[in-house]
Amino acid sequence: MMLFLPELTLLGASLIIFFLGIANAGTTTVKNAVIFLGALVFGSTLIAAPQEGHLFFDTYRIDSFSQNFKVLIGGSLFAVLLFGNKLRALKEEIHPEYFFFLFVSVLGLMMLVSGVELLTIFIALELSSFAVYIMVPMRDDSGKFHLQMEAGAKYLLFGVMATGFMLLGMSYYFGLTGSTRLDVLVAQLPGMMDQPVAVVATVLVLSGFFYKLALFPFHFWVPDVYEGAANETTAFIATVPKLAAVALLLRIVTMVENNGDIIVNLLMLCAILSMFYGNLSALVQKDIKRVLGYSGIAHAGFVLMGLLVFQVTGYAHALYYITGYVVMNLACFLVLCSVATKGENLQIEDLTGLYQRSPLMAITLLIGLFALAGIPPFVGFMGKFFLLVDALRQDYLFLVTMAAINTAIAIYYYLSIVRVAFCSSEEEPTTIGIPLHVKMLSIVLLAIIVIMGIFPTQFILYAENTILAIL
Amino acid sequence: MDQLLAYPEFPYLLSILIFLPLLGVVPLLIINSDSFSRNWTLIVTIIVALLSIRLLTGFDTTTTKFQFAESYTWIGPLNINYQVGIDGISILLFMLTTFIMPFCVLASWSYIKKRVRTFMVCLLVMETSMLGVFVALDFVLFYILWEAMLIPMYLLIGIWGGPRRIYASIKFFLYTLAGSVLMLVAIIWLYQQNNYSFFIPDMMWGNYSFTAQIFIFIAFFLAFAIKVPMFPFHTWLPAAHVEAPTAGSVILASVLLKMGTYGFLRFALPITPDAAIYLAQPVLWLSIAGIIYGGLTALAQQDMKKLIAYSSVGHMGFVTLGIFVFNSQGVEGAILQMVNHGITTGALFLCVGMIYERTHSRELYSATGVGKYMPIFVTFLAFFSLSSFGFPGTNSFVGEFMILAGAFEFDTSRGVFPWLALAAIPGAILAAAYMLRMLQKVVWGGTNNPDQSWITDLNAREIVTLAPFLFFVLWIGLGPQPFIDLISPSVTALLDTLESYQVQTIASTEMILH
Repeated sequence: MMLFLPELTLLGASLIIFFLGIANAGTTTVKNAVIFLGALVFGSTLIAAPQEGHLFFDTYRIDSFSQNFKVLIGGSLFAVLLFGNKLRALKEEIHPEYFFFLFVSVLGLMMLVSGVELLTIFIALELSSFAVYIMVPMRDDSGKFHLQMEAGAKYLLFGVMATGFMLLGMSYYFGLTGSTRLDVLVAQLPGMMDQPVAVVATVLVLSGFFYKLALFPFHFWVPDVYEGAANETTAFIATVPKLAAVALLLRIVTMVENNGDIIVNLLMLCAILSMFYGNLSALVQKDIKRVLGYSGIAHAGFVLMGLLVFQVTGYAHALYYITGYVVMNLACFLVLCSVATKGENLQIEDLTGLYQRSPLMAITLLIGLFALAGIPPFVGFMGKFFLLVDALRQDYLFLVTMAAINTAIAIYYYLSIVRVAFCSSEEEPTTIGIPLHVKMLSIVLLAIIVIMGIFPTQFILYAENTILAIL
Repeated sequence: MDQLLAYPEFPYLLSILIFLPLLGVVPLLIINSDSFSRNWTLIVTIIVALLSIRLLTGFDTTTTKFQFAESYTWIGPLNINYQVGIDGISILLFMLTTFIMPFCVLASWSYIKKRVRTFMVCLLVMETSMLGVFVALDFVLFYILWEAMLIPMYLLIGIWGGPRRIYASIKFFLYTLAGSVLMLVAIIWLYQQNNYSFFIPDMMWGNYSFTAQIFIFIAFFLAFAIKVPMFPFHTWLPAAHVEAPTAGSVILASVLLKMGTYGFLRFALPITPDAAIYLAQPVLWLSIAGIIYGGLTALAQQDMKKLIAYSSVGHMGFVTLGIFVFNSQGVEGAILQMVNHGITTGALFLCVGMIYERTHSRELYSATGVGKYMPIFVTFLAFFSLSSFGFPGTNSFVGEFMILAGAFEFDTSRGVFPWLALAAIPGAILAAAYMLRMLQKVVWGGTNNPDQSWITDLNAREIVTLAPFLFFVLWIGLGPQPFIDLISPSVTALLDTLESYQVQTIASTEMILH
């Protein structure tokens, strides 16, 4: 019971929302209920954090790896709900359904990080993905352009294709080892990595999660889905699933041993192309969500840098980095959702004079973006720095140089957003009212960004312990 | 760790000095009042300045170790430590920073009208990161502070700047950031070569392979040359200077530019000595190009801030010239000239800011002939202009003379005709030309001066702002010895070690030639 507490809480929460929907509960009730339920889920992950054990014939492992990820997922879900419970771009009558799918999706993600058997992983992944496939086109069609439909279709098609790749890879794994259990794979795979089929299988399985993480060449859905989905949905897609994706990537890379250059070179190529593609494309974007989407592709490249060194420190730093990334992204999306008072898509110019309209939001955006850009003393810099150290330790000088150059490219588009928010002013600024809980959340997020950046030691040790649980 | 020397009489002095401004931000976040912000920031910066005098009284000129040193573990897993210390190369620059800041606050007293509180927060954060850069002995600490200062500086230019502030601030940010990303790669590479230590003295004189040194030198050079700025990386400077508010210009000119030359002395020479010696000639000629180019361009400016900005390019050319001749006159002159440039150019920017507050124009023609109505102002301006082109008796004369002497010796000691010093001389003449041109126009102008009779002379606050600068102009000009005594031991130690490398490099290049 305690082992399964977060999942049960989520299941219960989604049922409650489901019944609220049937009972035609008022919008305010639903809004308040989801915040309460979000807090409950976060709390349950914290309570269940020290648990260890296994369930369902040992296909479902509860250890500090999975539990720590659940805390992160629960925390970011709570944050998304705190600032994104208004759903301004959705019809009021479908709010309960939206939240139902949101909770189900998170349930899938939580099962994903605990799954230690290929089929469990697959089912959990599909559970989380299909819920999001539906959430994307739920946006109200105010522009009559069916943007959300296009986004939903793209998300679905690319998602199904990536899943197909992954299933194919899993079948190879099964063919090679005769088992779908990860512990069997861990024992047998390293010895097989000189066989091309094992390499192909690994690459195929990885690509399923590359899709979730939005890594080149599985990034094509990102800009359109980010743009087409409602701000709140994008805030969710851009943060929570990435945590689970990294968790699964970690599980897979710890499974294979690096005794061939093929995988490393391939991953390195993906990382470099991801950074360049993301950063160069972001330079010319006008829509802020598209900018953040492309920047997410570049950041995924950085995360991959930590994975491809095949060292515990690298994994730990990748975990540190993705956690930081989620917090920074949450800070940016918090501002986005608060500024878009009608739930519209924001162009960069729409942020003009933000400091006059809401100083706190302007500062949140400033720190969030500079942190994403990797300017010290924020978490984004520390994360990048650690990853560069790890990569150079393996003598990947070329990769490190490319990554460093990308930092310089990226600063331009982050700056151009900061510029309009801070350096240009409006004639008649209208104050944006920010509810107290959103203000507090933004202060908490800023504090995390700064503290993780200046005092990263404890976070790194914590990340290392998390990784060591699956080795 | 034997390069560190603690100061038991006042154990946390450096850390207190660095973090006091940052602590000073806290009340500003709570109390929202313009006049409180001004007064409070002034008090904090004055306290830091007064407290920093303790460094001078406790400074030991008989040792070349890093004094007032502190060392604490910061990020254990990667062996990153909080290590600070000060030596002869950094002490004057540190003092310059602490002393410039109160005047930046004073110069912004009536100049900054909107968002005063945010402005003061930016100033205080700037001070913490600038002071930290000069004393950081851990490379990660250095890099973090070096980069972190871009944010407040960007805001200083971008929010309170002139009409083209957005262009200028972004250019400033991009140039400096792009320059330093490769330095980060070099830092990590050095970390691995030195048993995973970021301690800067450990990295010095490390006998890295020649090829590696060349690459590291280039990475450092890009970062520092852009910051200095050396020709041809200088284009961000006039834009940033012109658009920045007075305090921003002063900080830029007095402190930020010095970080580039400080970086050459602290990192490029001791960490990559062979490469520095090997590439000295091109760097020297780039310095000469900067001197001449800066002078010629300054001569053509109508905008006073632009004029001073281009003169900075020339003056900083002298500094890099002094550093890369690798002899004691040159390097000591260069450090002295860094301080001189900080004082003189900072004061000139303050002067232009005072004119701007009255006429709301930086154009030379709208400030012509104010001498009749602003006698006190033009007196100050005259002294600072004379100092700027190195008139004997002022501070810059001493510095430039030492640098030129060093440049002569650089060539003559090798039995070569002193082309280098000869090429730098026109720069000094050009400086006189453009400064006197500006001075003549501002003081007297011509027959078609605009009506300046409504203009008021400096008030007490402004006189208090400028007087200390004049004091130092004359002190260093007439009695520079105490300052040189502070610098000398560290420079001598640096050059002595460099000397042995110089012999090796020359020997090895000759072997290749034969």
